[in-house]
Amino acid sequence: MSKDNQVLEEFTSKEYEHGWTVNLEADSAPKGLNEDIVRFISAKKNEPEWLLEWRLKAYRHWTTMKEPRWPNVTYPAINYQDIIYYSAPKQKVQPKSLEDVDPELIKTFEKLGISLTEQKRLTGVAVDAVIDSVSVATTFKEKLGELGIIFCSFSEAVREHPELVKKYLGSVVPPNDNYFAALNSAVFSDGSFCYIPKGVKCPMELSTYFRINAANTGQFERTLIVAEEASYVSYLEGCTAPMRDENQLHAAVVELYAMKDAEIKYSTVQNWYPGDKNGKGGIYNFVTKRGLCAGDHSKISWTQVETGSAITWKYPSCILKGDYSSGEFYSVAVTNNFQQADTGTKMIHIGKNSKSRVVSKGISAGKSQNSYRGQVHILKRAENARNFSQCDSLLMGDQCGAHTFPYIDVENKSAHVEHEATTSKIGEDQIFYCLQRGIDEEAAVALIVNGYAKEVLKQLPMEFAVEAQKLLALTLEGSVG
Amino acid sequence: MLRIKNLHARVEEKQILNGINLEVKPGEVHAIMGPNGSGKSTLASVLAGREDFEVTEGTVEFLGKDLLEMEPEDRAREGIFLAFQYPVEIPGVSTVNFMKTALNKIREYRGQDTLDAVSFLTLMKEKIKLVEIDPSLLSRSLNEGFSGGEKKRNEIFQMAMLEPKLAILDETDSGLDIDALRIVANGVNKLRTKDNATIVVTHYQRLLEYIVPDYVHVLYKGKIVKSGSKELALELEEKGYDWIKSEVEVA
Amino acid sequence: MSTITEKESFSQSLINSLQAQGYSNDSQARKVAFEELKKLGLPEAKSEEYKFTPITRILSKSFDAKELVTESIASEAKVEDRLLSEFPENVVVFSNGRYDESQSSLKAVKGLTILPLKQAINEKSEIIETHFKNFPRSKDPFGLLNAAGWQDGLFVHVEKNIAVSSPLVVINQHDTNEGKVSSHSRLLVLIEQSAEFSIIEKTNTNGTLPAFHSLNEEIKVQANASFKYYKIQNDPGELVQVSNTTIYQENSSRTDTYTFTLDGKLIRNNLSILIDGEGCESHFFGLYLTKGEALVDNHTVVDHMKPNSFSNELYKGLMDEKSKGVFNGKIYVRPHAQKTNAFQSNRNILLSDTATINTKPQLEIWADDVKCSHGCTTGQLDEEALFYLQSRGIPKSTAKAMLLYAFAGEVLEAITDEKLRDYIDGVVSERLHKNF
Repeated sequence: MSKDNQVLEEFTSKEYEHGWTVNLEADSAPKGLNEDIVRFISAKKNEPEWLLEWRLKAYRHWTTMKEPRWPNVTYPAINYQDIIYYSAPKQKVQPKSLEDVDPELIKTFEKLGISLTEQKRLTGVAVDAVIDSVSVATTFKEKLGELGIIFCSFSEAVREHPELVKKYLGSVVPPNDNYFAALNSAVFSDGSFCYIPKGVKCPMELSTYFRINAANTGQFERTLIVAEEASYVSYLEGCTAPMRDENQLHAAVVELYAMKDAEIKYSTVQNWYPGDKNGKGGIYNFVTKRGLCAGDHSKISWTQVETGSAITWKYPSCILKGDYSSGEFYSVAVTNNFQQADTGTKMIHIGKNSKSRVVSKGISAGKSQNSYRGQVHILKRAENARNFSQCDSLLMGDQCGAHTFPYIDVENKSAHVEHEATTSKIGEDQIFYCLQRGIDEEAAVALIVNGYAKEVLKQLPMEFAVEAQKLLALTLEGSVG
Repeated sequence: MLRIKNLHARVEEKQILNGINLEVKPGEVHAIMGPNGSGKSTLASVLAGREDFEVTEGTVEFLGKDLLEMEPEDRAREGIFLAFQYPVEIPGVSTVNFMKTALNKIREYRGQDTLDAVSFLTLMKEKIKLVEIDPSLLSRSLNEGFSGGEKKRNEIFQMAMLEPKLAILDETDSGLDIDALRIVANGVNKLRTKDNATIVVTHYQRLLEYIVPDYVHVLYKGKIVKSGSKELALELEEKGYDWIKSEVEVA
Repeated sequence: MSTITEKESFSQSLINSLQAQGYSNDSQARKVAFEELKKLGLPEAKSEEYKFTPITRILSKSFDAKELVTESIASEAKVEDRLLSEFPENVVVFSNGRYDESQSSLKAVKGLTILPLKQAINEKSEIIETHFKNFPRSKDPFGLLNAAGWQDGLFVHVEKNIAVSSPLVVINQHDTNEGKVSSHSRLLVLIEQSAEFSIIEKTNTNGTLPAFHSLNEEIKVQANASFKYYKIQNDPGELVQVSNTTIYQENSSRTDTYTFTLDGKLIRNNLSILIDGEGCESHFFGLYLTKGEALVDNHTVVDHMKPNSFSNELYKGLMDEKSKGVFNGKIYVRPHAQKTNAFQSNRNILLSDTATINTKPQLEIWADDVKCSHGCTTGQLDEEALFYLQSRGIPKSTAKAMLLYAFAGEVLEAITDEKLRDYIDGVVSERLHKNF
């Protein structure tokens, strides 16, 4: 076995770090999906009638839809009747403050490196922690409240701010948008809600941490962020799940709504359990994320570092409706072993002078398949639209695949659209150069990969950038092609 | 310091080195000259531990240790530095970051404390002055978009940072104009001490006007066919390599 | 909903007519293709490969399904084209799909055989069997339609070590003055080891009634051989054309293809280069200039199946008025096809507010030690350059023509045959009103 293969071998045997489970008592719905389950979930959450109706409509639509087969991924058919659609860690009372939260839960998050105890946090990040299907704790609520910022669990938003939820829920991702969005609309259990009033710049990073704990459970959370005129918010999302042999479904929906002059920055470090090295188990991550730049000069920026999940199917997108609005997509997607990722973005230019930028860095190793799929669509009225896309692929080893499927559709002559894609590997000469300077192979690969992904990593807020870099180094150190 | 005995090496099926013998002592500068394809760069690569080359016979001892047994990174940590003929580009990795990683790995190996950011930067500033390199180059991606001269200067800067015991300059003069050559050579000279040694691999005598060797060896068909003082280089310049070739053929 | 049923029924009745007309029973190959077509049907509105090219709908508007697969009336219209006087040595004319002996002229060249396909199937069955029985077939519905129902065609055989200096000119002429025309022709080309050959292929359309032409080309380029292929499409009027050209390359062979599309109602070119050998080189160039309501769709595939080969693709498009350009370029690098170098570039300019371009460059890589890249741009004429020229006293229209011609120039320059470059340059210049 050559040295390269040896290192590759070592790397492929790397274990998933967050694979432990916790014995949390859970309150669950029975397996399967029908109208009664939808009603059960809605009742559990004491939802108003209109929301139940909204869910049922989505469910009925879902039953008429077909699971999409166009992504460049393969997996056995999902039995939607074999999934638990609602699971909540049992808590005796609704927590009013952190003291009421089950200590076991707090420990769970501390194990993940997320402290829910506010006084311990120095970095100034407000956290909404979601375990299985429900939000368990939100920090820094009062402080944010003083500025008029609403940051709470989705269920709480439904109770406390029904008018806002009713107005914006489904306004960016309609319930019938696609198969998984419809499923989510029917059964979503919780998630985060965030509202930034006019002119307010949110002073801290808002963050949601998602964790799947229970077995056989699907996670269907929903995030809705509304940024009023001239406001600003930076939002972070992180996720992990225990190691389990069976595949688990995660079908979330994220909606961003930016008014005139508003800016939303949304960052994800996705580290769902990817399955073992033989491809057994892992999360199916089928997520719909979309932002609407509704007002002029609004801006939405997606940054994602995707290292986990058995299968990833997601295209965080921007609808650039406002004139001079701008959309950005920065992505690092790493696949290893038998992971499959089909991810990318859509930039839909409607407004005049709208602009978008796409930087996608794919890294494939092991026997994985990594696809970039993206669309840049310049509509007829989008005068002077600009797009620049850069899609790079890095291959490690000769058993993986890298695929690029960019769709570029231009209907206005004043548009300027540029797309570039390259494929490369970590060169032996690059490695040797590092070795000659005394840097060992593992460190060399981490160095080179971080360099390769730098343009994306630097978009992340500090706290996340460090985590993401560690994650990349951890999963990719030593893998040489 | 370095003792090469009867070294044979090949790449794939092609035999390139055919029994090299060479001894280098601390404080010495050796020049290795020879026509294209004589094996000069191969020798440099074999000493640095490039995997493409297979040593088929012979030994190399460095500071009393078997060099050929060592991994390339350990050779570097023991004090061997190769200034590459064609330094690679590594996108996204700045020279500063690269050097900090390298230096600390070497220090770890030697059981020294790693340098914190402040002392690293202090050291760097000092070396920047020494080798006359534009500091803005160092925050850019390693060698990416550098001119030929900038790349070579960066090699010498790295050499200054890592303070090797044995520096091997592989065709460092290739592609340099006279000003760049002078700056690079000055850097090398400033780094010379009585404890370290330098091997200069070159095709032309030009570089040796600036880095004056104690010994000159002529490599031909994978063997050192002639050794002498620095005058040998001048003679070569004057008579050309054909002179050596015919001499070897006759013998 | 009614449109979908209509389309389905068009596809269905086309298949029924094809069956009734009997060709598909002539040979095993035809039968296989027919069965596949039956399963697949004509492309529907949603089919990925024809997403922007509603060919079935357009055909169903101008043709009855039966007309599409029935032999059209014969034509005796003379071919008038400068190409014939420039390259008179080897000329083959198909008139309304039929091999036109009176207008074809073939010079005897040692080691070169050019025969009507039906004759070749009788006389050269062994060689055709050997080289084309297992030739990788197009899965395109129109490729299958052609494979099942082709009416006439050509067989070309260049023997080992034979370098044929003058190109073969193939003219497909459609004369719709007496009625609609539909034809299905097929070309088999075998270029043996170390041979050299080139083909210039052109369609000519006379008349204003609808015409449909399907063309299947299977070209095998054996070890160390070299092949040049030029396609010139400049058909005002109602021509709908689908070509499926597959070039199969063996070790150390080289191909250069050039596709020039200047007019046509709907032109779809499926060009696939299968590189099944090491040390191969493939260059493919395209220039599409569209105007009116024309739709020009180039789908190219380069499939690197073996290591150490090189491919380079450059396609450029200028879309004016209400026309549409579609480009889809796939690069595949199969596992073990290490040390592949594959490059692709697609550049587009939209000249009007109503023109559109849909482009999809696509890389699929399964090997790590490769160099692949694609680049794609869409924009408008460089206003700054335009202004610069105007400020030097050049009228805007001339300046514009100059810039457009310069944009096209990169593709024209790639033509190595000087006589041919002059000819195509002439056609392109005329089209771009290059009157300076």
